[in-house]
Amino acid sequence: MASSSKLNAKIPEGTLENKWTKYRSTVHLVNPANKRSLEVLVVGSGLAGASAAASLAEMGYKVKVFCFQDSPRRAHSIAAQGGINAAKNYQNDGDSVYRLFYDTIKGGDYRAREANVHRLAEVSSSIIDQCVAQGVPFAREYGGLLSNRSFGGTQVQRTFYAAGQTGQQLLLGAYSALQRQVGMGAVKLCARHEMLDVVVIDGKARGIIARDLITGKLERHFGHAVVLATGGYGNVFFLSTNAMGSNVTAAWKAHKKGAFFGNPCFTQIHPTCIPVSGDHQSKLTLMSESLRNDGRIWVPKKAGDTRKPNEIPEEERDYYLERRYPAFGNLVPRDVASRAAKERCDAGFGVGASKLAVYLDFAANMMRYGTIEASKQNLHNPSQEKIKELGRDVVKEKYGNLFDMYKQITGEDPYELPMRIYPAVHYTMGGLWVDYNLMTNVEGMYALGEANFSDHGANRLGASALMQGLADGYFVLPYTIGEYLSEEIRTKAISTDHEAFVKAEAEVNERLTKMLNIKGTKSVDFFHKALGKIMWDKCGMARSEEGLKWAISEIRKIREEFWKDVRVPGTADEFNPELEKAGRVADFIELGELMCVDALTRNESCGGHFREEFQTEEGEALRDDENYSFVSAWEMKEVGNWELHKEELKYENIKIAARSYK
Amino acid sequence: MSGSGEKTLNLTLKVWRQKNAKAAGNLETHQLSGISTDMSFLEMFDVLNEKLITDGKEPIAFDHDCREGICGMCSMYINGRPHGPKQGVTTCQLHMRSFNDGETIVVEPWRSAAFPVVKDLAVDRSAFDRIISSGGFVSVNTGNAKDANNILIPKDDADDAFNAAACIGCGACVAACKNGSAMLFVSAKVSQLALLPQGKVEAKGRVLNMVGQMDEEGFGACTNTGACEAECPKGISLENIARMNREYLSSSLTYVKK
Repeated sequence: MASSSKLNAKIPEGTLENKWTKYRSTVHLVNPANKRSLEVLVVGSGLAGASAAASLAEMGYKVKVFCFQDSPRRAHSIAAQGGINAAKNYQNDGDSVYRLFYDTIKGGDYRAREANVHRLAEVSSSIIDQCVAQGVPFAREYGGLLSNRSFGGTQVQRTFYAAGQTGQQLLLGAYSALQRQVGMGAVKLCARHEMLDVVVIDGKARGIIARDLITGKLERHFGHAVVLATGGYGNVFFLSTNAMGSNVTAAWKAHKKGAFFGNPCFTQIHPTCIPVSGDHQSKLTLMSESLRNDGRIWVPKKAGDTRKPNEIPEEERDYYLERRYPAFGNLVPRDVASRAAKERCDAGFGVGASKLAVYLDFAANMMRYGTIEASKQNLHNPSQEKIKELGRDVVKEKYGNLFDMYKQITGEDPYELPMRIYPAVHYTMGGLWVDYNLMTNVEGMYALGEANFSDHGANRLGASALMQGLADGYFVLPYTIGEYLSEEIRTKAISTDHEAFVKAEAEVNERLTKMLNIKGTKSVDFFHKALGKIMWDKCGMARSEEGLKWAISEIRKIREEFWKDVRVPGTADEFNPELEKAGRVADFIELGELMCVDALTRNESCGGHFREEFQTEEGEALRDDENYSFVSAWEMKEVGNWELHKEELKYENIKIAARSYK
Repeated sequence: MSGSGEKTLNLTLKVWRQKNAKAAGNLETHQLSGISTDMSFLEMFDVLNEKLITDGKEPIAFDHDCREGICGMCSMYINGRPHGPKQGVTTCQLHMRSFNDGETIVVEPWRSAAFPVVKDLAVDRSAFDRIISSGGFVSVNTGNAKDANNILIPKDDADDAFNAAACIGCGACVAACKNGSAMLFVSAKVSQLALLPQGKVEAKGRVLNMVGQMDEEGFGACTNTGACEAECPKGISLENIARMNREYLSSSLTYVKK
């Protein structure tokens, strides 16, 4: 297989270990005086956007940042719980850049680019250094050194964390760096602004159209380059662990302006989320993967067992992950753990009223910690009660906020009863196709963090999203953007009266007016829920040719009905959250179709993409490396019509093998 | 399906409606029936908005995003308390099982001179961003850092800094304060950085600048009523205010700006 001529990944020559070092030392530079007249627009203010904007401004570029929330600090990176990986080897347990690289490629089921992933592993260490220097309060040991824990798909302790609020602390670090630049006048902040189109002039991204969400006014912004750090599209499923506002709109507008969409069907279903409780449910809440360090997952051995969990004796419990995957046990990667939970529930072993849940049980480890604490405190013959109390304190320190959240939502106390959990949509590995420079195939348009497809293949390992977002923003883009901008020093700022700006604004305006004028009978949420159900049933944890074909035709019907019968109240020239939502759902409907098309094309199972037709006798994913070792990059011809371009994945340093966690 | 056992409630809701920052506002009454006790407070608003849209009326605007208590965007003043009757939770994590059948619930936006209303229940909290811009950071450019474990930090200091850093910037402290003071928010950031060696270098200038910006934004003064701590969904302690006062006093006596 050869890659499509339309795709040039621009991977530097040389050995894997030297590619990035050499590239970084030879990439074109922009002198400080020229940087001052080069403008960069950064859309999105999460880990990738905030870190990129701050770093670019520190280097001297003129930067504008856009976010739809009321403050950049609200971006959904804030909700990441468990931690961030880095190949520091502080625990002396055999970690290295190569091992992190290897784990990530294997975890991604051999569908990610070697060169990108190796670079990610290389810069991981600097991220931790940078964050600590900013004052990010990571967890520490009594000796004052940083603490680590384990995450799924690895056998070393390389995850740095701040209780169950690591994303919050890292984002506030990046946000403070960003606000420092705002205070110095190097970054202009446009909060409560939503990007509604990219302006492309002579094949290059030259600006955006943004809507001021308070006044409703459309604005034109010029930039020599446009950086999209707008997150993932998990909300296409309606119910996901994403924030309510998380959306695909910016990436989708870029796609419609020519940027290819990479691996859209690669979706991560996270194994440990709080189960759905009813039709009113607006979103799902994650319980961090870090809980699988100390929580054991089980279901009753007897199908349909109605006893309370505490009444089921040890020998009548099926710790199915430990049984099926003894080498990794409860710490298998997310795709494997999710499918195993679904398998048990489908077979009738699920628990709780809906039977769509499994137990995550902390009792055994709480007692183990309690015993250690008692020994530390020189308590002889402590009572079971005392051991439990001491163990509870240890667990509280590690995961207190998660346990509180669980209790808030379910009304049950997880210190006393095992948690009930079920898989939910959490992350999208797919995203805009980018080359080694993180540039899309549209010149001058970059995609960072979850918004691009680049590093996680078909399944992301836990604690790697934070790593990638910050790697892209702090340590990759600031270098690679120079390659492009060094050629742009003679480009004067283009007037926003240019016809391309005028036309783009008119198109945005037309679309908004059209949505408002339908004045149909059904709310935006009605369509979003209908789409979400189809996506979850047919393009979720298990997919089939028949199901996907049905889904595509149903989604087309939803699209048609939306544009005939949606009701969007209010006007375009005011703060109108329903109008914002309508635009996002319209884009999700188009994306949903592409995800199904992509899933239908990929006749194999890999990572989060599980096609029922392609599995081993034991129900494990069956990859087809001969025919599907490529990145799918979709070019939109028109809505509902795409052309597939393939980027061949070459493994020169890793031997591809069946992925086993047994 | 939840362990609490689902029940339903009938409620009367009195909600603040205000077209924009300049318009006058008023309380609007709505009757709701069949609200599940498993719903979150915001999901109850989703139901109400769906009903308003179906009836051809304008839905109620409110800020929300993560719905898991961490982004700090949701901001409702419920029955006279920021984030409602339960301690330690944000509006999005407040569940209807905290209310009784037949109850009347009054919902207003944050009220403070420094947080003008945008529309209905949404307010403008950009003053907080400007305060952070005035000094809530460590001046370290990307790439300047040394190995993370070269800085040893006693666990207790790291834990205290983390507890202060847990602030989500929602503004409940300001809404709770009869003076509309932002001392708890500002002191949380000042404390986090003052407790860590990385933050000590700039500590003096930081506290002076941040307090200066806070005053400029129109927040009120602190009279130690403690309402902020009582209503903070993240349990940010009043000790932070004491620490900031100490930092401020010593800095104003010793800091010479060059």
